[in-house]
Amino acid sequence: MISLTIDIVLLIFLLVMAFAILRVHHLLAVAMMFGLYSLLVAGLFMVLDAPDVAFTEAAVGTGIATVLMLATLAVTRVTHEKELKKTNKRALFIVVVTGGLLLYGTHDMSNLGDNMAPAHTEVAKRYIEKGQEETGVPNLVTAVLASYRGFDTLGEVTVVFTAGIGVLLLLRRKQKPRIKGIQGGR
Amino acid sequence: MNILLTGAAIAIMFTMLLALIRALMGPTVFDRVLAVNMFGTKAVLLVAVFAFISGRPDVLDIALLYSLLNFVGVVAALRLVQRGKEYAQKKLEEDAQ
Repeated sequence: MISLTIDIVLLIFLLVMAFAILRVHHLLAVAMMFGLYSLLVAGLFMVLDAPDVAFTEAAVGTGIATVLMLATLAVTRVTHEKELKKTNKRALFIVVVTGGLLLYGTHDMSNLGDNMAPAHTEVAKRYIEKGQEETGVPNLVTAVLASYRGFDTLGEVTVVFTAGIGVLLLLRRKQKPRIKGIQGGR
Repeated sequence: MNILLTGAAIAIMFTMLLALIRALMGPTVFDRVLAVNMFGTKAVLLVAVFAFISGRPDVLDIALLYSLLNFVGVVAALRLVQRGKEYAQKKLEEDAQ
């Protein structure tokens, strides 16, 4: 009962936060609110009984992403977002259609905690029973990630690698960046 | 005991709501930073209370992680505000010359 209440309250906070991020144009506040947003998401993951995902979400979303965004703001020296006079109709249309498709997609999902869901009755069973002989990998998690979902993992690694190269190229400077007040850099 | 914890959770969520309102209204940056910091602290408390409600005290580790991250985020934000002020000061001096 109380976990349902926490769920609902956290979801309402999430919604409020999302609209606030849209409305506020002060970029520092937006960066901080993004941090809060992922803190709330992490809380929801925790209520959903997924502490490991909550850990990752909190560390990446609230920790690294916020600090990176704030550091970017410091480098670019911009404080306010440019306010748009009119809404971009085509972008709005694409967003609404994509959102509608995603909502439509949720109808096929099995209910939360449903132990007759295909993921529990078909897929997991197969992984556990046949995983060893089909892949030859002793660790079950490794077998799923590297063999059954091999192409998926390859795609993920490619995306992370490309993003890393992009960030390194963008951040490369001829002169070493100096922060006033430390390392004697003046 | 459970009623006590439930009451605490509801009270914490109400405080979160108040902090959220301040974060949204906040006339100055510092109001927002402080409200965000407080919201994070309440999230830590909520996680801790929820850990005991659901009977899994190991979730407390997540509360610890949250409090660490909250601190880091606020320090980073305040550093940025300070540096922004330094830049503005430098610009003023350059314009004056």
